[in-house]
Amino acid sequence: MEFNTITESLEKINSNKISIVELNDIFINRIKKNKNLNAFIYFDEENISQQIKKIQSSKKNFKLKGIPLAIKDLFCTKNMPTTAGSKILQNFQPSYESHVSQKLLDQGSIFLGKANCDEFAMGSATNTSYYGNTINPISPRGSQLVPGGSSGGSAAAVAANLCLGATGTDTGGSIRQPASFCGVVGIKPTYGLCSRWGIIAFASSLDQAGVFANNIADTAILLREIAGYDNKDSTSANREIPNYFENLNQDMSGKVVGVPKEYILPDIPEDISKIWEQAIKSLERGGVKVKNISLPHTKYALPAYYIIAPAEASSNLARYDGVRYGFRSEEGTSLDEMYELTRSEGFGKEVKRRVLIGTYVLSAGYYEAYYMKAQKVRRLISNDFNEAFNECDFILTPTAPSPAFPIGEKEDDPIKMYLNDIFTVPASLAGIPGISIPFGKSQNGLPLGIQLLSKHFDEQLVLNAGLYLEKNNV
Amino acid sequence: MKIDKNTTLKIAKLCRIKVRDEEIEELSSQLSSILDWVEKLNEVNTDNIEPLNNVSIATLPLRKDKENLQDQSKEVLSNAPEKLENYFAVPKVVE
Amino acid sequence: MSSLIQGKFSKWETVIGLEIHAQIKSNSKLFSSSSTKFGSSPNSQVSLFDAAMPGMLPVINEFCIKQAVKTGLGLKAKINRYSVFDRKNYFYADLPQGYQISQYKHPIIGEGAVTIDFKDGSSKDIRIVRLHLEQDAGKSLHDQNPSKTYVDLNRSGVALMEIVSEPDLNSSHEASLYITKIRSILMYLDTCDGNMQEGSLRTDVNISVRKPGEELGTRCEIKNLNSIKFIKQAIEYEAMRQIKIIEEGGIIEQNTLLFNPQLGKTKPMRSKEEAHDYRYFPDPDLLPLKLEDDFIEIIKKDIPELPDERKKRYINEYKLSNYDSSVLTIEKSISDYFDKVLGCHQDLKKSAKLVVNWITSELFAILKKNEVEIHNSPITPYNLGQLVKLIISNKISGKIAKDVFEDMYKNSLSPEEIVNSRGLAQVTNVKEIELIIDQILKLNYDKVNDYKAGKTKLLGFFVGQAMQISKGKANPKILNDILIKKLS
Repeated sequence: MEFNTITESLEKINSNKISIVELNDIFINRIKKNKNLNAFIYFDEENISQQIKKIQSSKKNFKLKGIPLAIKDLFCTKNMPTTAGSKILQNFQPSYESHVSQKLLDQGSIFLGKANCDEFAMGSATNTSYYGNTINPISPRGSQLVPGGSSGGSAAAVAANLCLGATGTDTGGSIRQPASFCGVVGIKPTYGLCSRWGIIAFASSLDQAGVFANNIADTAILLREIAGYDNKDSTSANREIPNYFENLNQDMSGKVVGVPKEYILPDIPEDISKIWEQAIKSLERGGVKVKNISLPHTKYALPAYYIIAPAEASSNLARYDGVRYGFRSEEGTSLDEMYELTRSEGFGKEVKRRVLIGTYVLSAGYYEAYYMKAQKVRRLISNDFNEAFNECDFILTPTAPSPAFPIGEKEDDPIKMYLNDIFTVPASLAGIPGISIPFGKSQNGLPLGIQLLSKHFDEQLVLNAGLYLEKNNV
Repeated sequence: MKIDKNTTLKIAKLCRIKVRDEEIEELSSQLSSILDWVEKLNEVNTDNIEPLNNVSIATLPLRKDKENLQDQSKEVLSNAPEKLENYFAVPKVVE
Repeated sequence: MSSLIQGKFSKWETVIGLEIHAQIKSNSKLFSSSSTKFGSSPNSQVSLFDAAMPGMLPVINEFCIKQAVKTGLGLKAKINRYSVFDRKNYFYADLPQGYQISQYKHPIIGEGAVTIDFKDGSSKDIRIVRLHLEQDAGKSLHDQNPSKTYVDLNRSGVALMEIVSEPDLNSSHEASLYITKIRSILMYLDTCDGNMQEGSLRTDVNISVRKPGEELGTRCEIKNLNSIKFIKQAIEYEAMRQIKIIEEGGIIEQNTLLFNPQLGKTKPMRSKEEAHDYRYFPDPDLLPLKLEDDFIEIIKKDIPELPDERKKRYINEYKLSNYDSSVLTIEKSISDYFDKVLGCHQDLKKSAKLVVNWITSELFAILKKNEVEIHNSPITPYNLGQLVKLIISNKISGKIAKDVFEDMYKNSLSPEEIVNSRGLAQVTNVKEIELIIDQILKLNYDKVNDYKAGKTKLLGFFVGQAMQISKGKANPKILNDILIKKLS
């Protein structure tokens, strides 16, 4: 029996062709055999066993009964430590469960462990985690490629079949880009669709929970379970959640796809241009009309993001001060000294850089020139999308400007890393939903991803388009 | 924007992160490049554009004034690096 | 009224602006559901949000918004239909988030004004710049251990209204009148309990000095004063300190100061290293607050008659003096009591002054002695009114009334019950009194002769004797008149 998809596995569990224990054992064993990938920060078999017992003894009608999932270590989990990939939260044990992960538990899913991620979600290669790099499972023999980031552990775990699905968070591309690098599906929903309560905050106006899975159908199932209003999150949207899975429809005829000219960069690798073309052609064959559109402020998205996100992060990370939880430096003799040493030792380089940038752009004399300016540009970018959606139903772009690259590359210059997010950041700034689906391979046989964007709360459309392309991937 | 060492130290103090002597130079240089890069935004005319602070469609939800009488002190103190009898303990504040 | 200070060489004007932090009276905190009760055991009223645990988010308390709007209406201020919550970023042990959620560029309440009244009948308008909502911080205990500070977050997140005045105050006296007035309005509105000992009302004082007519001087800020007495002392000390420096040729450094009540002096707060750069920016976890007209209208209906209006009414309707009206309206409970007395007894309108006297001397005294608040007074407004009526109608003398009053307090009985059961009704029957007088004059005929011979002071003796025999019930006026007649 194959257990590569949630749909298949659910069917087998519900028809008793396999028990929850047996199903999860398959994945547990795979995890143990693939420790070298370092996809998990926390993995404990006894913990899994407890979870399974609980599900088995329950009479509830679960929608994700026994399905093994990985949870990005940015989600606070009651029964597993939560580190955010940082030293400063090493051994932090939340007494509470994030809203999103609770919803998954409520549907009977099994958490196999906490997936590795860039520290405080800051990174695009899962190379800033205090707990080491994660290795992309598709790395050819003899090489170690990055899985993308910040949700690299989650993407890798799904790609390596260590689980059937995973949660991630996407602030500037942290689900879509690793999905592309690892060859899996990853979706960042509309801002506000999923609750942020219990997710360790990086940049509050950009963070969104999302999921990874092996295919669109599984993605749709998972998305439905994590989406929904939460009155504990004041930015949560109070909307009815469609049954994305049941509504899946790959008939795209009559739809209009926008191809933004500003995403055609001079230095895009040829293989990426090629898959972009192929995707467009494939959609055309499905009856989709292609429209060239313009998103004029695209090139300002990354700079705007790298002002706004660090600014919000510098404030969100102020609470990591060694007073109430987490790591505290033993050496400080005064409160301020303790703060400085704790945070200096507890945070890694990238986090420190971003906190410093964030502090600077908010500081007296610079607020208007940087932060406010960036928020104004953000409005322009958002307006670009609003205008564009008058002319098309969804937008198609590559997900990333390259396939997965070797670990250690691009680490000399922070900006090189930041450029990984060039195609994903604009959608984050506008809050619109985006999905990356694997589409084609690079010259070296590495997975490439295509990104689909739609209007706010039109997740169904990108799932449908994704399904079409999944089935018409030539 | 060129960030000199003093500025780096000043910002570090503001956000309570100790920057060691060995780190200052590289850090200042990296911060300078990043700020140079983001200054690209100056090319954009943003006259009469309102900042976009939040992309949520919600309106501010209001909570009823019902107090939760549960004593969560045990939970709240459970991860404290140092505590004494239900107080958090920290090194003395220098007055 | 000049409040200029005489320095060594010239006269100086003190310029004062106050920032009052008033804790909102509500059941739960501004952004979390924890209780706001004072004095609970440490960290027992702290939620995950209040402790700034990872992933926690704010949800605003609707009632706190209403209280702020109500206060704004009471301050005759502009209610801003659009306001924004900003983060004020700084590090301190009692600030778990590393930022305080406050309001910076767009506060909920705009310009308003409050009138302060002086004893001589004049008054002055003090302008209010704004009122905004913000979180209170926790408490740090520094003196329990030489090398450690202990932190209690119970107070962290309680809703505060920060009320900022223009620098329209020019003396410690004006400042104390202003704070008293604000406190009074807040308590009338029931938006703050005004309990300064418990820290419900704290004040930061911004103070500078200048020669009259000149530019504003450099100001210093004295932080966290929680009693009117200390506020006055701090202002007086600081004004003199600044004047002295300037007159000796120095300049004032802009500083944040703390007032030491034991020494009666101000001194700069810890380090001067870096001025606070709060890096305000709109809180991305909260959307802007938009108020609708009907939301505000409903709150308007809930506003009671405020002190200034009541004073006007007392002066106009009851012809009470400015002073008496002020005393009555210091606290809503006193004014409510007075209104109830007159509400029960419309016919006491003309004797309002007498009612005031009984409340402010007798009632206040007996309540203070027993440490009881007026709204818990065992003497009901109705019964107090009855007592005054008995006096006016001569049923009992003023002196007897005091006795009855004490009895009323002890036993919570009505005055009639007491007068009747103890037979205290005043004797006004002329014949009866004549009989008593005749009796006394007969018994003391030697003193009568002395009186007739010129010792007129003996009248008091006869009155005293008559009172004794009548057990104090003889009507003093009638007694006096008859005595004089009989002695002449």
